[in-house]
Amino acid sequence: MSSTANNALHLKPSQLKTPVAVELVGLNKWYGEFHVLRDIDLKVMGGERIVICGPSGSGKSTMIRCINRLEEHQQGKIIVDGVELTNDLKKIDEVRREVGMVFQHFNLFPHLTVLENCTLAPVWVRKTPKKEAEDIAMHYLTRVKIPEQAGKYPGQLSGGQQQRVAIARALCMNPKIMLFDEPTSALDPEMVKEVLDTMVGLAEDGMTMLVVTHEMGFARQVANRIVFMDSGQIIEANVPEEFFNHPQHERTKLFLSQILR
Amino acid sequence: MTQSEGDLAVTEIRFVRGATLASRPAPMTMTGALGWLRINLLSSPFNIALTILIALLLAWAIPELVKFLLIDAVWTGSDRDACREVVQHREIGACWPFVWERWSYFVYGSYPIPQRWRVDVFFIMLAIGVVWMLWLEAPRRDLGSVYFFVVLPISSFILLTGWSAVGLPPVDTVLWGGMLVTIVVAAVGIVCSLPLGIMLALGRRSRMPAVRLFSVLFIEFVRGVPLVTVLFMASVMLPLFVPEAYSPDKLVRALIGIALFASAYMAEVVRAGLQAIPKGQFEGAMAVGLGYWQMMRLIILPQALKVTIPNIVNTYIGLFKDTTLVFIVGIFDFLRTVEVARIDPKWATPVTSTTGYAVAAIFYLIFCYAMSRYARATEARLAKADKR
Repeated sequence: MSSTANNALHLKPSQLKTPVAVELVGLNKWYGEFHVLRDIDLKVMGGERIVICGPSGSGKSTMIRCINRLEEHQQGKIIVDGVELTNDLKKIDEVRREVGMVFQHFNLFPHLTVLENCTLAPVWVRKTPKKEAEDIAMHYLTRVKIPEQAGKYPGQLSGGQQQRVAIARALCMNPKIMLFDEPTSALDPEMVKEVLDTMVGLAEDGMTMLVVTHEMGFARQVANRIVFMDSGQIIEANVPEEFFNHPQHERTKLFLSQILR
Repeated sequence: MTQSEGDLAVTEIRFVRGATLASRPAPMTMTGALGWLRINLLSSPFNIALTILIALLLAWAIPELVKFLLIDAVWTGSDRDACREVVQHREIGACWPFVWERWSYFVYGSYPIPQRWRVDVFFIMLAIGVVWMLWLEAPRRDLGSVYFFVVLPISSFILLTGWSAVGLPPVDTVLWGGMLVTIVVAAVGIVCSLPLGIMLALGRRSRMPAVRLFSVLFIEFVRGVPLVTVLFMASVMLPLFVPEAYSPDKLVRALIGIALFASAYMAEVVRAGLQAIPKGQFEGAMAVGLGYWQMMRLIILPQALKVTIPNIVNTYIGLFKDTTLVFIVGIFDFLRTVEVARIDPKWATPVTSTTGYAVAAIFYLIFCYAMSRYARATEARLAKADKR
């Protein structure tokens, strides 16, 4: 069913131009005097699913927000699918078109309907004809299992539904890479699963994903690699199996003992 | 979780809901006219006291008003004798014949009588434009905005100032007056101040220091100076610097002065709206790839203007009434024509001034209240999206 819909809409899974999706080299960032990111080196290959975890204030959100330039960095290099992020606005726009982002607080546009939220960027940024954009939007809304809410406003939906709309909105731009910034942290416990299921489905389709989350079950199930951060540094990175069962660093062991009870 | 029942020493600890409870209607005290009275007028002792106080105030004021404006009013007559107590030997209210006679002066000022049809055409064209823009179900609203923002200003300008080539004799703006001037000044101020104000508000939040500095200086300077001063500067000081031949018309100068003055206030109103938009909206818009102007136009401004509609309309209403200040530079707006007419010896009676001011009050009230009502309706329409 979904494959026929794909053909009808000419939806091709977007291809990265380079094998490396995201590369961070010697990344440093300060908020005033405060050194938030310290010498971050991270290479994410196309199709990889990275889960980033760590205590609050460890810089994990800041790091992924640097990848689509919601935050500026002061030192080091960020290369997204071959495009290096600098002050060049064209480059920034280019990267943002190819990178989808899902936020903790959804950041849906409350004055637009669900459908309009999904079609806005394709129509204005990609210049997709409105009718086609609506078809694509309905395709992704069906995929996140809320096509019947298309005419409603975000404020009329539950948190879990809003977050699924936010995922659909990002997918409508046909991104090559998806960033998730604590997508389930603001949700009622009953709604976490519906959002995680959507993300698992996305991972199964081979989307390159960087996910900041505290959902360790999701990390085990989906991640190729888990990156543990503390005080602005990457402390440990490993495949889930090794990360959970044989953590090497003392800080990692302490963190895991706190969250896995 | 592991606490056993015995520890709590209560008899009824287990409870399992059998049937789901159906919802029941709200009690009488909350619904209907009685409920409305209770909730809105009589909810607390303070509220009851206020209700009584306001009722007394209305009971005192309304009969007085009705008595003056209608019951004791004089409806016909040809000069001041009709409205004088000593002549008529009765209590005299409003002197309406004075208004009937001077009405065309209130509307057109000294606009040449044979040419006044041009003003009427302008009023009709403006009314069509306003309805076309404000009535949301109107057909072809895209054409409407072209009409309102392009066709209307140009054709009104030609129509009112005149163009000999098409057979419209020029009419100097010195002759313009009354409602014509008030409406022209207010319309130009209202239409120009919002876009200018938005640009200034965005400029004040810009990351470019030069743009920010200009906006801050402009806003603070214009806001820090009384409107009267701005008008004086526009009409008295400007000709000192610019040769008479190049200096624009007096009315145009006042129009520019008012538009700039209003836009400085509007800028701060819009900025307040921009401050109210959560950072997440900017980030959401940027993350889906919208550029700065797209983000502002599609995401931020619609929300910012929505939260600030009451303030925008407040500024508009203030602006509408501030147009009366143009009399200071010798322009005969509506209030000024009333001022001039009321001291006319032909109608010199004790009630002439009061009647004239009553007319002025009703005129301004109608326009301001209409703006207020339209804004309320817009708020209600936009609030739809906030409903859960």
